Amino acid sequence: MDHGPFILAAYLVTLALVGGLLANSWAWMRRAERERDE
Amino acid sequence: MHALANPARFRRLAEALTPWLLGAGLAFAGTGLFVGLVLAPPDYLQGESVRIMYVHVPAAWLSLGGYLALALAALAARVWKHPLADVALRAMAPVGATFAAVCLLTGSIWGRPTWGTWWEWDGRLTSMLLLFFLYLGVIALLHAFDNRARAARAAGLLAILGTVNLPVIKFSVEWWNTLHQPASIRLSGSAIHPAMLEPLAASALGFALLFAAAVLMRMRAILAEERREARLRRRALAA
Repeated sequence: MDHGPFILAAYLVTLALVGGLLANSWAWMRRAERERDE
Repeated sequence: MHALANPARFRRLAEALTPWLLGAGLAFAGTGLFVGLVLAPPDYLQGESVRIMYVHVPAAWLSLGGYLALALAALAARVWKHPLADVALRAMAPVGATFAAVCLLTGSIWGRPTWGTWWEWDGRLTSMLLLFFLYLGVIALLHAFDNRARAARAAGLLAILGTVNLPVIKFSVEWWNTLHQPASIRLSGSAIHPAMLEPLAASALGFALLFAAAVLMRMRAILAEERREARLRRRALAA
């Protein structure tokens, strides 16, 4: 069995979820702190 | 910990730490994943699919460690009334849930070429799924009440009760027959070759730093929103 597609899928899932979490946390922090300082 | 109870002091520390945690986390995780994906040798038994270990195992460790930290934050909020403990609880729950989802999904993807199945209702997989549902339960309770303090109390209680599941996950591979292999890294030593252990350690450290960075960013966001709401309330009362 070719393991390549499984490895690729696992890394893409991780990248999407962890990357999405970090991007969401960063955007929320920037927006909340900007609104606090307005 | 009580030195950090001052929100201004916490804010200064969090602002200084966030970029370092993010930068170091990306560097370590990037290095660990690159070495694991490209340079580390394949496993003698599992072949190339062992490369999934470099994302699956750190996610598993962090979802368990994150849940313990969640329960400790809930305990600190109830016992010591630490003002940042509820904020930490609210910030940590979605981060832990994300890592639990990564663990479950990458485990399922790893299971197909290794075990011949995407899923099996055995002790390790089922108790890990329960951990993910516990995270979701905590998040749901945090949003279930208009009164924020009551929501944090209910969510904190579930977080503390849910720690019963942590030893079940840890020892499930010893208590029951399971497809999942037993732990390869123990206090007494590691069964993993250094050529695989080193990228795994780098990846785990990197993801741990990214976990901390995400929690810190979410705590900063919650504190900023609370401060803005307090200011709006004061203005409304003065008007």
